[in-house]
Amino acid sequence: MRKLLAPVFNRSESSLAVVIIVVVLIFSVSSPYFLTLSNTADLIESYSVTTILAAGVFVVLVSGGIDISFAAVASVTQFIAAMAATKYGVPAFPAIALACALGALMGCVNALLTYYLNVVSIIVTIATSSIFYALLIYFTGGSEIYNLPDWWTDRVVFLRFETASGDFARITLPMVIMVLVVVVTHLLMSRTHAGRQIYALGGNPEAASRVGIRILRLQLLVYGYLGFLAGLAGFVQAHRVHQVVPTAMFGTELSVLAVAILGGASLVGGLGSMGGVVLGVLLLAILQNGLNLLGVSPYFFDVVIGLAILISISVTAVTQRRLRAKRGNSELRHE
Amino acid sequence: MSNPDQPLLPPPAGANAPLDRMVAEIRRSAGTNLLGLLLLLLGLFTVFSILLPGAFLQRGTMQAMMFQLPELGLLSLAMAIPLVSGGLNLAIIATANQAALLMAWILTTQMPPDAAGGDVWLWISIALSAGFLLCVLIGLVTGFIVAVIGVHPILVTLGTQTLITGISIWLTRGQTLSGFPDALIRISNETIAGIPISFGIFAIVALGVHILLTRSVLGIEIHMIGSNLESTRFSGVDTRRVQIWVYVLSSLLCWLAAIVMMARFNSAGADIAQSYLLITILAAILGGIDPYGGFGRVTGLVVALLILQTISSGFNLLGFSQHLTLALWGFTLIAVMAAKRFTSAMLARYRSASFQRPK
Repeated sequence: MRKLLAPVFNRSESSLAVVIIVVVLIFSVSSPYFLTLSNTADLIESYSVTTILAAGVFVVLVSGGIDISFAAVASVTQFIAAMAATKYGVPAFPAIALACALGALMGCVNALLTYYLNVVSIIVTIATSSIFYALLIYFTGGSEIYNLPDWWTDRVVFLRFETASGDFARITLPMVIMVLVVVVTHLLMSRTHAGRQIYALGGNPEAASRVGIRILRLQLLVYGYLGFLAGLAGFVQAHRVHQVVPTAMFGTELSVLAVAILGGASLVGGLGSMGGVVLGVLLLAILQNGLNLLGVSPYFFDVVIGLAILISISVTAVTQRRLRAKRGNSELRHE
Repeated sequence: MSNPDQPLLPPPAGANAPLDRMVAEIRRSAGTNLLGLLLLLLGLFTVFSILLPGAFLQRGTMQAMMFQLPELGLLSLAMAIPLVSGGLNLAIIATANQAALLMAWILTTQMPPDAAGGDVWLWISIALSAGFLLCVLIGLVTGFIVAVIGVHPILVTLGTQTLITGISIWLTRGQTLSGFPDALIRISNETIAGIPISFGIFAIVALGVHILLTRSVLGIEIHMIGSNLESTRFSGVDTRRVQIWVYVLSSLLCWLAAIVMMARFNSAGADIAQSYLLITILAAILGGIDPYGGFGRVTGLVVALLILQTISSGFNLLGFSQHLTLALWGFTLIAVMAAKRFTSAMLARYRSASFQRPK
């Protein structure tokens, strides 16, 4: 029995899944509104922007880097796309494409600086983040855009259920984009050549370059992809709140990073899976919603997140160390 | 101050040889970098003096700079020690804010409003001790998770940052506390011999951290674990003790920053000065502290802080927005890193050329 479960329980994703199941059971017993269809749909939608960003951050983390400029990139691309749409009447698809292309371009700037200056990417992205964000506030004067065109703010509903209690549950545009991003990122990382190379780069950059992986090209892909997703996330965020505020995304860097890490992506690179990141988001969403329904003060929520992060990383560290010790023993036995 | 031309110590004999070479390397490493930074600072002073004749090089301007520098300076020192040890402390702002909130809570709600004279000083010292103890506790917990459980400091402090801010917001409901005794406010608006008290505190603390890092056993051990944690452990150093000390010291510097911030803003809150977090990393890296750990000096950091403050004050006098200053800080960091990369490539070429000449 123990042998059977070993491959399941040794992975941090499965322990996360177990925690989620336990939490869901507790909340379902204590609140009748928890996990109703409409509640779940709202919950998923409210975490769409975080999930899209976390997918991009996950790819960068696997490659062994840390990028914290995505919030600044999302703010800048969002504003420029909104300017194009409101002032020059640029239609929907060109505007979205503009936001994503600009985001990818800014991501490539990060990749080029990281590669040519030979500095850890967290330092480079702190610098570029300050520059992008400061220039945005300087040129816009911090002004907000409220008169977004209808195509941007109209709610797109793909499916609509009526639940037994008379509420509506909707499958909306942010959810569809989020699911697409998760699926594409998963396929990129697990089914493509480039994805395997990203894991190799994060696992051991020296070895990766020795076996002939072109590091610059791969880094352009990794940081460009996060920039692209930041552009997309900026668009979705404005779609949800119906306005563009330059400071809206500022300060979300560390919480998105925390979400990606909670899901098992490692800062050292070369580890983690998209599924784990989704589980990390799911855990936070369920905790927030459940505590809300139980009437716990929303001010208390950050305390819970902080504890969740600390417990999760400590458990991961201890299990990994035990795993390494076990592997070391079995290797000795083979010799 | 370090001398860039200081010769390498001759390779000493005996059991301490590797350690002595290490110490020599630490003393030497900042040399070239510091010279470049000083030239940059001098250049900025010259440019602003020409652009702002009679307004920049003035006692008032210099004094204003000295009033603004200390809080960022103390927080940067709190970031610098973990960086030298090969870690990072993302919780410094959260720690400083929580310490400030605790001290503010004691001074505004526990101290009787009619306290006077010696009583005020008693309450201030009670508040300061409470903040001190809180920071020691935060440092011990952070250091414990880093050293004993063995989690990467970025992850740990990401967690503690969320947790500490969460607790502060939960207890205060997002409110700020204000209205402190004059004796405390004086720290940030009075001068002694033309020098603001807060700047004096910063200067003494910076000197203390400099001596600690370069002249004490603990300081050398902090550099060593930053260079290579495993080999430091195998050379008989209790690395867990060193790592715990790193985060206790870092948190205590946050406590000092908290006092200066309380005095300057006359308020304490859970969300104050969040934007300083990334700027302290920027300042430390600009000052030549190696982001991979093991190398870095307080002198470099202080010059870097002076550069950032000079840009800020100069731009302010020129009438530019504060946001443009932030952008220029980012550009300065990238430019300095590019210059460093360029000069080290040049040096390597020069060295290999001179190595080949005798042939």
